[in-house]
Amino acid sequence: MKVNGAEHPAPADPRRLLSDHLRHDLGLTGTHVGCEHGVCGCCTVLLDGAPIRSCLMLAVQAEGHEVTTVEGLARDDEALHPVQQAFHECHALQCGFCTPGFVMSVVGLLAQHSKPSAQEIDEGIAGNLCRCTGYASIRRAVDRAVELSKS
Amino acid sequence: MTTKWFGAPVQRVEDDRLLRGHGRFTDDIGEGAAECCFVRSPHAHARITSIDVSAAREMPGVLVVYTAADLPFGAVDLPLLIPHPNLTHGRTQRCLASEVVRYAGEAVAFVVAENRYLAEDAAELVQVEYEPLPVVITPEVAAAAEHLVHEDVPGNVAAEMVQETGDVMAALARAPRRKKLRFRYERGASCPMEARAVWARWSAEERKLTVFDSTQSPTSIRGGLAVLFGLPESHVEVIAPDVGGGFGPKIMLFYPDELLVPYAAMQLGRPVKWTEDRQEHFTAVNQERAQVHEVEVGFDAEGNVLALNDDFIHDGGAYTPYGLILPIITAAQIPGPYRIPNYRVRFRDMYTNATPTSPYRGAGRPHACFVMERTLDAIASELELDRVEVRRRNLIQPDAFPYNLGVAWQDGNTVVYDSGDYPELLDRAVKMLGPRPEGDHVGMGIAVYVEGTGVGPYEGAHVQVLVSGKVMAATGIPSQGQAHATVWAQIVADELGVDVADVEISSGDTRRFPWGVGTFASRGAVTAGNAMHIAAGMVADKARRIAADHLEVDPADLELVDGRVRVKGSPDRGMPLGAVAVLSNPVRYAFGGGTEAATQFASRPRPGPRLHDGEQPGLEATGYYSPPGSTWASGCHAAFVRVDPQTFRLEILKYVVVHDCGRVINPLVLQGQIEGGVAQGIGGAFYERLAYDADGQLRNASFMEFLIPYATEIPPIEIDHIETPSPLNPLGVKGAGEAGVIPVGAVLGSAIAEALGVPITEMPLSPLKLFELSRQA
Repeated sequence: MKVNGAEHPAPADPRRLLSDHLRHDLGLTGTHVGCEHGVCGCCTVLLDGAPIRSCLMLAVQAEGHEVTTVEGLARDDEALHPVQQAFHECHALQCGFCTPGFVMSVVGLLAQHSKPSAQEIDEGIAGNLCRCTGYASIRRAVDRAVELSKS
Repeated sequence: MTTKWFGAPVQRVEDDRLLRGHGRFTDDIGEGAAECCFVRSPHAHARITSIDVSAAREMPGVLVVYTAADLPFGAVDLPLLIPHPNLTHGRTQRCLASEVVRYAGEAVAFVVAENRYLAEDAAELVQVEYEPLPVVITPEVAAAAEHLVHEDVPGNVAAEMVQETGDVMAALARAPRRKKLRFRYERGASCPMEARAVWARWSAEERKLTVFDSTQSPTSIRGGLAVLFGLPESHVEVIAPDVGGGFGPKIMLFYPDELLVPYAAMQLGRPVKWTEDRQEHFTAVNQERAQVHEVEVGFDAEGNVLALNDDFIHDGGAYTPYGLILPIITAAQIPGPYRIPNYRVRFRDMYTNATPTSPYRGAGRPHACFVMERTLDAIASELELDRVEVRRRNLIQPDAFPYNLGVAWQDGNTVVYDSGDYPELLDRAVKMLGPRPEGDHVGMGIAVYVEGTGVGPYEGAHVQVLVSGKVMAATGIPSQGQAHATVWAQIVADELGVDVADVEISSGDTRRFPWGVGTFASRGAVTAGNAMHIAAGMVADKARRIAADHLEVDPADLELVDGRVRVKGSPDRGMPLGAVAVLSNPVRYAFGGGTEAATQFASRPRPGPRLHDGEQPGLEATGYYSPPGSTWASGCHAAFVRVDPQTFRLEILKYVVVHDCGRVINPLVLQGQIEGGVAQGIGGAFYERLAYDADGQLRNASFMEFLIPYATEIPPIEIDHIETPSPLNPLGVKGAGEAGVIPVGAVLGSAIAEALGVPITEMPLSPLKLFELSRQA
């Protein structure tokens, strides 16, 4: 499978979750695990460009696919991706645990809707739980990401 | 002090690495750690008749399996953290149960294996036989005492406490009107998005234990591990790295894993890690909120409260490791911002066969606020008075501070409100709320509350200016998302006249600062914030002394501005802070970094010791702040809601907050605390109810069934602030962490009652509950 642009061999253990494989075999610990039953969205990554729950998928199922994690959005020596930058400017994170999942969901949302309506924003982030922010700042961040993506 | 940074909407300095996926949470740490899994009791109350771990031990990949019999501390009760004279029957669990289990989820065995998958496989091979015992669930059933949770605790009563100010019985007898009311709150759960995790490594060569723990109190964990393992505290390092939300339950210690993971690491000689899964989090981590209140209130025809008598039972759960703190807070916070001339409160802390309780954001206060506000609503209804007017008539007035409530507070003193302006909160909230929206089934709710914050005993801080001019500052309390690294940097930057970007904060790492208490009870800004202010002030004074000696001026004529110490009125005369740091440490050998300036021949000859009497080397200082009493934040929330009479879906049309936490350090951070708190309050009021059945089984231990609100359930929150500075601390700040949560149940309860015309006397609500109430009405 391709992860953030680089080819990686499949894990030896066929029951390894994609989330565990990314975190513990490839060291991409930006993908977090909050519930392991597909509700919280902390483990959201892009599979061939679309947001998915990496805790609900076996790593071997990602064979032949392209996975993007939060680490793949901007190299360390690059400026933040517009969605990451918007989250920073709008104070859209507190503890930061759900944040990579939200960022990946919003990247996926903006790939589908370059200028989402308020309702499309709510629906676009309604697969992710945040216990800190109350979502208001995350909604603002999506609006801001739209602006930053244009420029 | 200048206030360039204090009060400014400074963007968070901790964001970059969290946004790039470079945060460091406990489970992110690997280093070849063995991984673990608990065997937990499926029964809420049972006698263990046998435990067979032989098959698990023989499984390939398993390193060790512990039961109580295998542990040197297996027969030791875990600490009772907060003893109290009224806690006559305090009981704590053991690390692993071997005789009786008293809640479903209580730990029985612990498996350590090469990885988590194997540990879970092996845990399934552990055979435990149980003889079920009668289950006591709900505080009402506990009070009936047909069965006992602990054989040696009569009536299931862990503690009883009665307090009275004035003469309640006489005042009730005299009161023109009296009303009896009953209120009930059910259990909820804080559910931080990161469940708990512990990682430990033992270095036999250095006899040093290093523990990463998602705790709210690394200093206490360090102290406890040092005692347990007979190590000097300097040989135990405990770090709370990035922590994915806490909201209270991570202040509880010791959870069994916090002893077992370090112990296993010491025994195995390799790192060991345990990461909780979400399902076990639901039963293994402390919960809160269940109470039943019986209230009698006496009042006059104008709606003035003359006397209040509240007798409540608190659901303590199976053990009382956190003592009586929750019911003590509730008892203290029922009167809230209102003048109650005669107040009596009795509580009994009841054992039940459910997960133990300890503070969850709000900590005894949401229930207290619900009781008081619903009581005022009942008075308004009976007298056919406006609900806002009844509140206004009973509020403590701005000239009444300090206001001594005369009941016990969680710090061992009595409750004394330090400052506030409650009528202003109410007036602003009413104005912000505006006119009632059109339509049927619309209701208004309003609640005023106070919150005791900034509880002691103390916190400390160490601030150091490096020779580079950069500033390092550390405190013992950890962050779970409260932007400590930003707000402490603002406080320090103002004192030292540097840029926030030049201040690096360490929090919750005993290697950097070994003393302190923890992050809980909305206390960080008050305790650690003032400690930072004090320590940075000491450093600034020292910088002035050293620079004054060098520049041959009076220290009082110096100021710290833009990273320099300079003469007031002659900004060109001065030196960089980094150069002062060099001079603060007289050296014999110039080892780079400009240190030649501090060697013996670099300056003019002078008599006396190079290090002046009483001075220590280094441009650094350690300061402590110990509050004389709690600071009392306050606020008023109000809302309009609409409830669909067919589906009972709740629509929050408008939600306003007017908040007073004294001087505001960072309005962006504060806004996030309030918005997040209100969202958690909405969840706790309408969606999140822990559903135990009569057998003590938690029936909704997953996010599929315990419904935390998504964005689609949370409306925009409108926020305004007033500032009545606290007179108790140098910064004039009060805590803000729990303010968003406290009154939400009271506000929504009141609004829904009006919208549907049904009595609301319990929390949380749900569409089903409203359907049932509407059918009864």
